[in-house]
Amino acid sequence: MKINDTLSGLALLALSLLILYTVSSYPVIPGQNIGPGAFPGLLAGLLALCSVLLIRKGLKAKKHEDWVVIGGWVKSWFHLRNFLITVGCLFFYIYLSDYLGFIICGTILLAVMFAALEVRAKAILPIALIVTLVIHFIFYKGLRVPLPWGLLMPIQW
Amino acid sequence: MTTAVLLQAFWLVFDPYVLLVILCSALFGLFVGAIPGLSATMATALLVPITFFMPPVPAIAAIVTATAMAIFSGDIPGALLRIPGTPASAAYTDEAYQMTLKGQAEIALGAGLLFSAIGGLFGTIVMVLFSPALAEIALKFSSFEYFWLVVLGLAGAVFIGNTSVLKACISLLLGLLIACIGLENPAGHLRFTFGMKELMSGVELIPMMVGMFAVSELLRYITNMDPPPMIATEKIGNIFAGMWGLLKKYPWALLRGSALGTIIGIQPGSGADMASWLSYAMSKKFSKEPEKFGTGHVEGIVESGAANNSSLAGAWIPAIVFGIPGDSITAIAIGVLYLKNMNPGPMIFINNPENIYAIFLVFILANIIMVPLGWLTVKLATKILRVKRNILMPIILMFCIVGSFSINNSVWGVTLILFFGVVSFIFEENGFPVAPAILGVVLGTMMEENFVTSMIKSDGDPLVFFTRPIAMWLAISTIVILLWPVGTWAYDRIKNGPAPEPSQ
Repeated sequence: MKINDTLSGLALLALSLLILYTVSSYPVIPGQNIGPGAFPGLLAGLLALCSVLLIRKGLKAKKHEDWVVIGGWVKSWFHLRNFLITVGCLFFYIYLSDYLGFIICGTILLAVMFAALEVRAKAILPIALIVTLVIHFIFYKGLRVPLPWGLLMPIQW
Repeated sequence: MTTAVLLQAFWLVFDPYVLLVILCSALFGLFVGAIPGLSATMATALLVPITFFMPPVPAIAAIVTATAMAIFSGDIPGALLRIPGTPASAAYTDEAYQMTLKGQAEIALGAGLLFSAIGGLFGTIVMVLFSPALAEIALKFSSFEYFWLVVLGLAGAVFIGNTSVLKACISLLLGLLIACIGLENPAGHLRFTFGMKELMSGVELIPMMVGMFAVSELLRYITNMDPPPMIATEKIGNIFAGMWGLLKKYPWALLRGSALGTIIGIQPGSGADMASWLSYAMSKKFSKEPEKFGTGHVEGIVESGAANNSSLAGAWIPAIVFGIPGDSITAIAIGVLYLKNMNPGPMIFINNPENIYAIFLVFILANIIMVPLGWLTVKLATKILRVKRNILMPIILMFCIVGSFSINNSVWGVTLILFFGVVSFIFEENGFPVAPAILGVVLGTMMEENFVTSMIKSDGDPLVFFTRPIAMWLAISTIVILLWPVGTWAYDRIKNGPAPEPSQ
């Protein structure tokens, strides 16, 4: 997916203006000429300048390209689906790992990813479970990371 | 260098635990480098959450060893599949593949291995000889000089070797702005936290790096539509045969590559990729038989294979002495040093010299064990290249998740890898390089501190930035680098008339 530089430039310009606006309300330190807003303000100013240049460049290129080119992997259902599944898996982990616990969550996540990437059906669950248990062992026992037990709390080891 | 300190460093390195860490990270680095699509930077990013649990010396040893190995083993898929395992091998991938087609895979890989090790040792010697002296000078630096050094480093990251300077600039500014998030600024004022308490102490470096360099690479693998590559040859002979002859035939190429690589490594912002491209070009220019380049000629591999490994050591010189990373790998390593309260800078040579000498020793050790372990990897190469990537990649994703979780035992880390992974993936798809951003994040705090301190010292008079002698020289070199592209663009324009599409 290729976005024309004009659009990226506009987004960045908006971001830098937003930063400049936020920074303008930062307090001034009495007796000093430089407060907490000075450095980010300077950066945002430079970013705004770069965004304007990028917009100019994008408009020049616009003559022979579209605003957004949907090409390559976005057009291939298989690749787009897998991209969404990967991102979805991370969301799944973020929201459900505490409730389900690491072992259940990790096994499901790996199994889904394996299935998406077309690992042999019979191998999916065993590999997912073994890998999860090995990772659990390394981090929970070895490095003492308190991975959540979740639903498996009653049988924790 | 007193013997007592050296002895202490020996004890630090030749400890069974540290040696085990070195061995494991060497094997890990060789494996990751040999898999196309997994780069040396990714190897580092994946290691960092584990090093979080180690004392400083083994933590740094793990990173140093893994990267040195990964940079070499990136040559293996280059020679056998025509896909560089790491970007640093890209310069001579075609050359190595041509040699494989001619039945000389073992010469290509042997040259890659042996001259990588020699280049790495060369860079290490330069580092050992020069960094203590440089640290002496650095002790005299004040906030003005440091400010310019940081700007010089960042300018290097933006202006050297990037296709779009403008986009690199934007990436850098965004990195610097990320560094502004949180409470840790000279005024102690809470900035850009959007009311999230997780952001109060700033964005954690490790999950950010894992997101930028591991998750984004995973996404790139998942969306990669190239057909699976074919292995060009099954049999690889003795890779050390004929190496002595090459050494005698191309001593100058080896020396030139190592020296150029070290220099490029020292220059902040340009790393192994750059070193191998430039020295390959240089090798062709100085060669007696430039017409053979590209047809399976070993000379370029000798020179740029040495260059990319020597640049690794070179990149550590500014990293240790000034705390300014020479490439994205040392940027990650500096992040680790800060976490270990082993803040890089000239004071480390006075306060913890044994740690510095331990790092030197690790470099030497890593480049020596690279030879036998590299030989082993080449032996197993055809098997490693057949590792099912559709099984490997989800496992790496799982490691990213657990690694980022373990930094402060909350899913906030996982949220960060998701955010930075997707953002850097989209950025790279649109031609924004990611390396300047990570340099910006790592250097942002230091830059602001020195900027603010200098401004307060000078009562707001920016001219003071130019009046101290060293500061002035640093300022001049920075400005020259900044104006270089503008200058060449203007020169082209005057010489050839207005260009239809001026490159930014």
